[in-house]
Formats: sequence, structure tokens, C-alpha cells
Amino acid sequence: MMEFFLDPNRCIGCQSCVAACSECDTHRGHSMIHLQYVERPISVQTVPVVCMHCDSPTCAEVCPADAIKRTGDGVVQTARKPRCIACNNCVLACPFGVPKMQTELSLMMKCDMCYDRTSVGLKPMCASVCPSGALYFGTREEIEQLRPRSEPINTFQFGRQTITTKVHMMVPRDAGVQHVDVLSAMNEDPVARMDVFDEIDA
Amino acid sequence: MATLPRDPDALTNVWGPHLHRMEGSSVDTGAEPDKIVPTHCCFCGQQCGINLKVKDNLVIGFEPRYDFPFNKGMLCPKGVKRYLQGGHPDRLTSALQRDPKADGGFSSIPYDVAIARVASEIERIQSTHGPNAFGVLSGASLTSEKAYLMGKFARVCLKTKYIDYNGRLCMVSAGAANKKAFGIDRCANPWDDILNAEVVVIAGSNTAECSPITTNYVWQARENGGKVIVVDPRITPIARTADLFLPVKPGRDVALFNGILHLMIENDWLDHEFIENHTVGFDAVAEHVQQWTPQKTAQVTGIAEKSIRAAAELWGTAKTSFLMHARGIEHHSHGVENCLSTINIVLASGRIGRPYCAYGTVVGQGNGQGGREHGQKADQLPGWRDIMNPAHREYVAGVWGVRPEELPEAGVDCYEMMRKIDAGEIKGLLSICFNPKVSLPDNDFVTRALEKLEFFTVIDFFLSETAQHADVVLPGSLHEEDEGVVCQVEGRVIKINKAVDPPGDAKQDWRVIQDIARALGRPHGFTFDSPRAIFDELRVASKGGVADYFGITYERIEAQNGVFWPCPSDDHPGTPRLFEAGSWNPIAKGAGPFYFPDGKARFNVAAYRPPAEDVDEEYPVILTTGRVVSQFLSGTQTRRIGPLVDQYPEPLVEIHPKLAQKHGIAEGDWTTVESRRGNITLRAQVVTTIRPDTIFIPYHWPGRKAANQLTIAAQDPISKIPEYKVCAVRVRKELPVAGSQLPGTAGNRQPGTGNS
Repeated sequence: MMEFFLDPNRCIGCQSCVAACSECDTHRGHSMIHLQYVERPISVQTVPVVCMHCDSPTCAEVCPADAIKRTGDGVVQTARKPRCIACNNCVLACPFGVPKMQTELSLMMKCDMCYDRTSVGLKPMCASVCPSGALYFGTREEIEQLRPRSEPINTFQFGRQTITTKVHMMVPRDAGVQHVDVLSAMNEDPVARMDVFDEIDA
Repeated sequence: MATLPRDPDALTNVWGPHLHRMEGSSVDTGAEPDKIVPTHCCFCGQQCGINLKVKDNLVIGFEPRYDFPFNKGMLCPKGVKRYLQGGHPDRLTSALQRDPKADGGFSSIPYDVAIARVASEIERIQSTHGPNAFGVLSGASLTSEKAYLMGKFARVCLKTKYIDYNGRLCMVSAGAANKKAFGIDRCANPWDDILNAEVVVIAGSNTAECSPITTNYVWQARENGGKVIVVDPRITPIARTADLFLPVKPGRDVALFNGILHLMIENDWLDHEFIENHTVGFDAVAEHVQQWTPQKTAQVTGIAEKSIRAAAELWGTAKTSFLMHARGIEHHSHGVENCLSTINIVLASGRIGRPYCAYGTVVGQGNGQGGREHGQKADQLPGWRDIMNPAHREYVAGVWGVRPEELPEAGVDCYEMMRKIDAGEIKGLLSICFNPKVSLPDNDFVTRALEKLEFFTVIDFFLSETAQHADVVLPGSLHEEDEGVVCQVEGRVIKINKAVDPPGDAKQDWRVIQDIARALGRPHGFTFDSPRAIFDELRVASKGGVADYFGITYERIEAQNGVFWPCPSDDHPGTPRLFEAGSWNPIAKGAGPFYFPDGKARFNVAAYRPPAEDVDEEYPVILTTGRVVSQFLSGTQTRRIGPLVDQYPEPLVEIHPKLAQKHGIAEGDWTTVESRRGNITLRAQVVTTIRPDTIFIPYHWPGRKAANQLTIAAQDPISKIPEYKVCAVRVRKELPVAGSQLPGTAGNRQPGTGNS
């Protein structure tokens, strides 16, 4: 079975997924992916967010119009156009911040895991193009073989709410924090530091 | 007369850049394409496979090309949105002549009239001032067929020695170093050799933004247990999780690699057997690096001594490795030495010519490799032959049907050509696939030189900032409007397939060149009827040279998903990995794996020199320049693609908070950066991911947003590459003056996010 794996550790922030999502035939011109810097002043770390396709989708649970459906194989879909009242409940409630309100269409749109592609055996657009492998679509055997340093998880805790999802997040097996810093890697020698800092600190 | 016909705003209003976005059939989700054409991306040297969707002679979108082994469907955002250059409102569909009375400074003229005018001006200039008074500028984004034809056109048709190409701004330092050390200029290994390398060294390569597909190879090497060492003054996305990050002070790379070699020798982390049997010159290099103690290396490079020691140990004790570098160490007035210093640590380790034992430069342009092999370079003939070598001249003259003495001698690099234009020596110029007004350092000088041309003609598909200076513009072809081969980063020759016909009067570039030759009354050798016919002659012209393409055919490229050169015969499989025992080598002829008569590689002493313009009290900050992921080179294409512009609309100046605070600069503030050559005012992006003594500006923009207003035209004495990566500047916070508008205030964006 092909599954979707998110591996933010690999993300390079190139926005290829965002660009490709807006090329998907069912919602051309609208990207369903969020890609943001975590804190650009101190790091280039970026995180791509696609719909996690919850087993009990909060977005659907809070929808007063019953517009959000989950397919038999667990894909949570964009709101049904005839039902959606553009109330924004789902946008506010989703713990991952996924749904987007397209005000010009009065419609909530979100990632449906490229249902048109996956249903005919193709990979989703974003996971096809991602040049870093941060978005990956394949079997569990493949991901375990390819990424021994990480393990897939699909249970998330938001306050008292426990959520299980169809999409998996790759997390490091060795959970040591990696943070690279320019200053800590620079030469400590006061002679060499002089032209760097004396001028600047003055 | 090559001054601008109108002011830049008037030119921009008519010719762009305008932003092209999804419209018409490209947003019609029900539109079924007429055909899907498997080809490659038009941008960088990775040359990702891509399928283009075509409807009604327009490229309307893309589909991932999963079957191409290098990228398996992966693309960066430039590849995803590349289709928007087709059907673009700025596309040149007729010939233009300079016309100051026209709204946009140019008026359309019939194609034949334009060709006749170009020919008569070439004739006039050359008959008055001699053949060398007319020069040719060419480019490494052209297919190899076109690059080959440009070299032949300059030497055989125009009989001028002055031809050079924009690869001069790109890979020439690596090329020169590779020739000195290995006798051949090509990445030594296929990219699969990254996957199981114990150590991957990435020096001066913003891999994630400039060669994004390589990222997946590097990450996979880590999954397989490899360690990644990144050498860069900035924490780029590939450096973010590096096992070892070496924040080198710009311009000090030689010192770092000499320091690593010093530690390799001190700890006997050497492959003595390899050094003894397969190399020449180790002792001189060993003696030279004695002075590069860890302490001195740390002082000069600004990298912590413990990190230098850790890097040397990781490198020294590894069993396998892949060392790659890019413009970060190549764009220097000592770019060749920088590359040689990295090659020295590769040779000392003995890790080359075997699986997962690898070295190579990450080429920048789409045909960055192939474009430097077949004769559009000032000193070169096809097959990596030397224009000053009598035997080489004789062979190529024979293929071209001319006498060897008719071939001109070596010319000069493209920047020297600008100086010769300035000096009045070159009076006429034909330029294709090159936007020197944006891409060459010290823009101001380049503009003044262009203005002095008596006659300037440009072949292009959009009116680039350089083409705005032209007397006559000839409408050429986009990537998807022609076929031909290119050689990508690994040395794999691949095939670009034609998807659509050129619109209006636009013609495939090789047809334009041949039309000029015919109008000059010199059609001999310029009567090809197809790129395939040009390629067949290129194969013969390269035969027996180091870059031997003779065994490569369009059919074999398709059947094998590309063929790695050298490939000297029909039954030769191609050469994915260089320097393997017993591999074909026309120079060593069995004496050894390297391309010298004795088959041995050369160590070269790489002496440290500081940058041409070091910082001082007046200009105390280092400026370094580079690229962002959503733009490409001088932006002629990518600044016209809406979604790519949205992603990073304006250049920002990246500055460390320590330096920013000193000048009272906060995130998003207008900041003026000034060098001895010019100044620029941009918004600041205040980040701790850059050395505090260095600022960074990306170079894709023209005019008052051009980073190359500031850069210095200092060049490497061997490769002639300009020193884009280091010059001295000062910075200050720019205070708004009442009533004045700072540049770029229209189209406000949240600065510093880089996100749309």
C-alpha cells in the first residue's frame, strides 16, 4: 500500500511542492500546501504542511453543513461546493492549520492527496516533485529501507485531543537536537576575531 | 550606436519583464493536451527530465517524468513553472530595429531586412577595420549543436578570433583546475556515487537552491551513514543539518584545504600507494602546506580550529567520499587555486576513479558542461581541442573544409572583450544567450562599453537588458522550440526534444546564424538542414579529442537515458565514471587512468592569495553574491514568470544582527550598500545564518537592483573568471527623504519571509 510520509528534517524551503500543487488538474491555480520558515531570523528551517488526513477529522466534525467528507480509504476531501457555507469553522478548528478559505469561491479547499492521481496509480504532485524527499509517497517497506535514521509516527497530541492520521511524520530515532550556528563554528582566536568583531562591537 | 533608444521605463513598459501567470488553457482543468513531450528543463545543469504538455502549439503545463533516472520526476519550482515562458506576452515574434521614436524604442521590421542589415554592418565593419573588429558572445544554455555552430561561425564565417561565452562566469575555474590536475574537464563521477560516500564535502555550493535535485542524493547518503561537511559563509538549507559546518571567510578556501592537507600529512591519513603510482608532484605540495598549521588556518579562514581538525579527521580516515564544489569557491581571482586545493586533498586520499570515490564541480547552466566542450570558448576547438595546437587546428580545419592557417588564433575572455570594445578595438558585436549587462561585474563599465559599439545585434526570445542596446534584434528560439543535445552535471549527454514551433517570424537560432552566413555570401559550412546534421558533424569534429562524442547518437541517447562521454565508437558504452582502470583514454593510451601521457594525475601547489579587494577601514564589510531558488542567472526568463517572482520578488541584503545593530538596521529596513564602483539600496533581511563580517545579495536583477553594480571585475589570471564572491563594501541604514520614493516600494511584501 502506498502511503504519504512527511519528513520536515529534509525540507529545503524551495516551494516546489507549493508550485506543483497549484498545477494539479482538479484545483489549478490554487495551492493547498503551506510552507513556512519556523523562525527565519535564526534558521533556514522550513516546514511543509499538507493535510494529515485524520482518522477522525476535526474539520469535518466542526462543519455545520456536513460539507467535508472522508473517503472509504481515509482521504479527507475539499468541502462539497453545494454544501460549504464558507463559515471558516474548519479553518479555525484544524489542529494542523490546513484548510484554506478561498473567499472568491466561497469554498474551503484543502489537500485531497491528489485523489485524481493516486486513484490511477500516480504519486501526488507535491511528493512527485519534492527535490529533497521531504514529501514522500511510497510503501512502508520502502521508507523503512530508505530512511533508517527516522521512524514514521502518526499519533499527535494537541492538549487533551489525541489525533491519529493517515499521513505519517518522519521523526529522528535519535532525537538529539541539531542546531548549527555560525558564531559557534567560527575561530575563537582573538587575532582572527578582531577584524570581525572589534569593528562591529565598537 | 548602442545607447538605449528610450529610457529604461519606456522600454520596460513595452517589452517587460511582464509577469505571465496561468491563464486560458493553462487553467482549464479539462484541457486535454494534444501531446506530451518528454524532454528536460530549460534551466540549470541538473537537467531534470520533464514531460511538457502541449496543446495548440503552446506548452500548457507539465507532468513529472518519473522514468528519467537522474531526477525520477523531481523538479524545483523553476522547473514546475517553466512552461509559463511559452505564450508569453513579452515573446519576440518579429525582428526589431532600434527606433527612438517608437514607444518602446524599437520597431518591427521584416526578418529578411534585418538579416540583410546585420550582414551589411558586419561586412562594413570587417572590411574597414579587419575581421577582428567584429566579436561574438555566446552562451552555455545553448544546445551543444548551437554552441558548436557559434564557434564555427566565428572562426570560419566571420574569421574573427573574438568569440567567448557566458560559461566564463560559471565553470571555467573548475575546468582549468581539472585540466591541470587530471588532463580532462568533466565531473569524474555519476551522482549515484554520492549515495554511499562515507563523507560528502560540499564547498561553496548552495546546493538546495542552485542544484536542488542534488539535495536528495546528499540526504540519502546521510541515511546510508555518510557525514556531510559544508563549507560556506552562510548556513544555506543544505548546511542546516550538516555534521560539520565550516563558515569560511569569503576568499580563504585555499587556506582551508591546505590546512586539511597539512593535517592529513601530519596524521598520515594518506594513500601512499596511490600517490606513488598514480600522481606527480606530491612532495612540492606537501612542503608548501607545512606552513598551514591548524592555528594559522583558523586565523586566515575564520573557522574554529576544532572544526578544521574534525573535518581533516573525517576526510582523512574515510574509506569513500564525494567532494563537490561550485561557484562559491570558483568565482574568485584565485578560483583555479581554490579548485586545485580541493583536488589535492582528493588525490592525497586516493579516493577517485572508483565507486563512491568521487570529485566534481556542480555545473550551473543547462549546458554548462557541453557548452564548454565544443569550441565557443575563446581558446578552444571542438572536442576540447586547443586552438593554438597545430595538430588540433589541422584536424578541425579538415572537418570544416578550410586551411588550418585560415583559422584565427585564440581570442580573449568575454570581459576582456568588453575592455576591447571600450578601447575601440572591437566595433561590432553579435550576442546570443548572454545578458552581460546584468551578469558581468561592474555593470556601469559594461553599459558604457556596450554604448560604444558601432553596431550591435542580439539574437534572443525576450528583449533582455542587453538586447535593449541592440541596433537589430533577431527573434530566436526558446528551449522547447528546438531539439539538440546538452551535457548535464554528471557528464551525461542527453537530448532536448522539440515541443512547439517558434511563433511568428521567430526562428531556431541555428537557422538565424546560417541566414546571416548566407547573407554575407559565405554559406560554405552553414547549410545544415537540422540539429541532427549539425550533431553528426560535431561527432566527427570531436573524434579523437578528449571530449569524444563520436559514438553518441540521438538514438543511443534515447535508448540509454543519456550517454556519458567520452564515447569514441558505436560499440563503446560511454564512460559514467572517469579514471577507472582500463577505461578509454586517448592521451595516456594505457599508461594510466589520468589524461596525461604518463597516465598520472598532477598535484599542484595552491598558494594562498587574499581577494583582489580586501576589506579596509573605508569599506569594512565583505560582499558575496549568489542565487535564490526561484530565479535563474540574469533572470531574462524567470523574472517574467509570475509565480517565481511572487516567491522572491526583490533582492534583499542578508546581514547578521551584530553588523545590523552597529548600523541601526532592523529587519526590513532600507539599507544602502556601497562599493568603490556603485551603490544599491535594498531591504535588509537580518539573520544569524551568515558570518557577521559578510553580507549577501542575490544577483538576478538589473538596473538599480543589480548586485553587479557593486562587484569587482578582478579576474583569475588563468580561468579569467570574475571575483563575484568577494568585494569590499560599506553599509548604512537609508533614511527616507520627504517626498522621495525609495526603490521597490510598490508591490509591498512582507520582507524577510521569502514566502508568498
